[in-house]
Amino acid sequence: MSIDAVTVDGVTKRFGNHRALAKVSLEMRAGSLCALLGPNGAGKSTLLGILSTLVRPTSGDVKYTAKGEAIEDGAGLRGQIGVLAHESFVYGELTGYENLEFYGRLYSIDDVQARARQLLDEVGLDPKARDRAARTYSRGMLQRLALARALMHEPPVLLLDEPFTGLDREGSAALARTLARVREDGRLVLVVTHDFEALDGVCDQVVVLRRGKVVLDERCESGAFGYSDLKELYHRFEE
Amino acid sequence: MGFLSHVGAVAKKDLRVELRSREVVYTMLFFGAMVILIFSFAFVEGRTGKAMGDVSSGLLWISVLFSGTLGLSRAFDREREGNTMRGLLLAPIPRAAIFLGKAVSIALIILVTEVIVVPMIGLMFHAELFRDFPALVTTLLLTTAGFAIVGSVFALMLLKSRARAVLLPVMLYPILVPLLIAAAKSTTALIGVVGDPDIAWFWIRFIVVYDLIFLVAALWFFESMVIE
Repeated sequence: MSIDAVTVDGVTKRFGNHRALAKVSLEMRAGSLCALLGPNGAGKSTLLGILSTLVRPTSGDVKYTAKGEAIEDGAGLRGQIGVLAHESFVYGELTGYENLEFYGRLYSIDDVQARARQLLDEVGLDPKARDRAARTYSRGMLQRLALARALMHEPPVLLLDEPFTGLDREGSAALARTLARVREDGRLVLVVTHDFEALDGVCDQVVVLRRGKVVLDERCESGAFGYSDLKELYHRFEE
Repeated sequence: MGFLSHVGAVAKKDLRVELRSREVVYTMLFFGAMVILIFSFAFVEGRTGKAMGDVSSGLLWISVLFSGTLGLSRAFDREREGNTMRGLLLAPIPRAAIFLGKAVSIALIILVTEVIVVPMIGLMFHAELFRDFPALVTTLLLTTAGFAIVGSVFALMLLKSRARAVLLPVMLYPILVPLLIAAAKSTTALIGVVGDPDIAWFWIRFIVVYDLIFLVAALWFFESMVIE
């Protein structure tokens, strides 16, 4: 199954009296990398939670389509989505390798051991650390492992919340290259970040959220936005 | 992979994590053994070495209940660290398999505690453990399964609550009362002063019904409990 587009249609989310999202609508297409920007508390992580199917919108709808047909919410849809959140989703008592092996089994990956090795190479996790308990990892190493976990099943849709956090310059550059490759593969990537530099030349859609509302949704028709474009678009709606 | 393989994968992961740290099983064993030891000073007459009254089955289940609650709390706290529960919920597997995998691993850990606690009851209170051993094992297995099912439901429900350590027993124990009464009645009829296998099997059937009702309800409602 390959996802063509993700459509968010009038999504509102309330947590008690607090309104986190207000009638958010946007569309993201396969083969694009969308940067979701906004200040703290703008509702970016809530939107990511809704897109990942873990949070139910109070009203409105999120539609994933493949070959023009909407995909039903359920295990089949979850298998198409890879999520990197603030938390690593990894077990501290298990080694990096065992964590990937476990998640690989849940995603029914055929040669799970080979895939785990390949991904750990790709994210650049120190080979000496792979057989150590994940609780001994530094923030950057955990982030690399979490990224490998999100990429494990080669999802057509990648939702990444602050993926550059904790990574050194080399790690950030490697991640940006991975994201560019994923986009070129025709997959859809949504990145929540404040690190415009890392997205320089790889991002072709920018959505800015403020106080739960979309204040900007712009696509770059020729290639991708540069660092200064991203900075300018973000600050255009600053209060 | 089928439903049961997913249940197995989740349970195996939990047991592997526990095998590395051993914190849950050691805490439960220590607590369970302490309860039995302290009550043995209160209920066993020093001179004759005989228990005062038919208290062994009640003490057994008090020990399992309290140590099991400790284990439940800790086992689910692990899913908060690194927010791994979200990682599990994102996987393309039936969400009921996650619940069942957690319940199976909790049940197995409680059974390990029982392997130590039950012989201690036999030794200290001169309980007749082998009068109808298969029925005793059946009671232990079914009650442990019921405890793990209901306990996992509440532990999962409270996963995001800050007061979960206080709320878990407050919410869990009233629901467990029928199960524990049945378990105590069955065990008394099996290891107590006067044995009566018929009474034991009546209460075992009651436990089977209890387990089935809560298993079906938990599998049915699990998804709505964990999605925000």
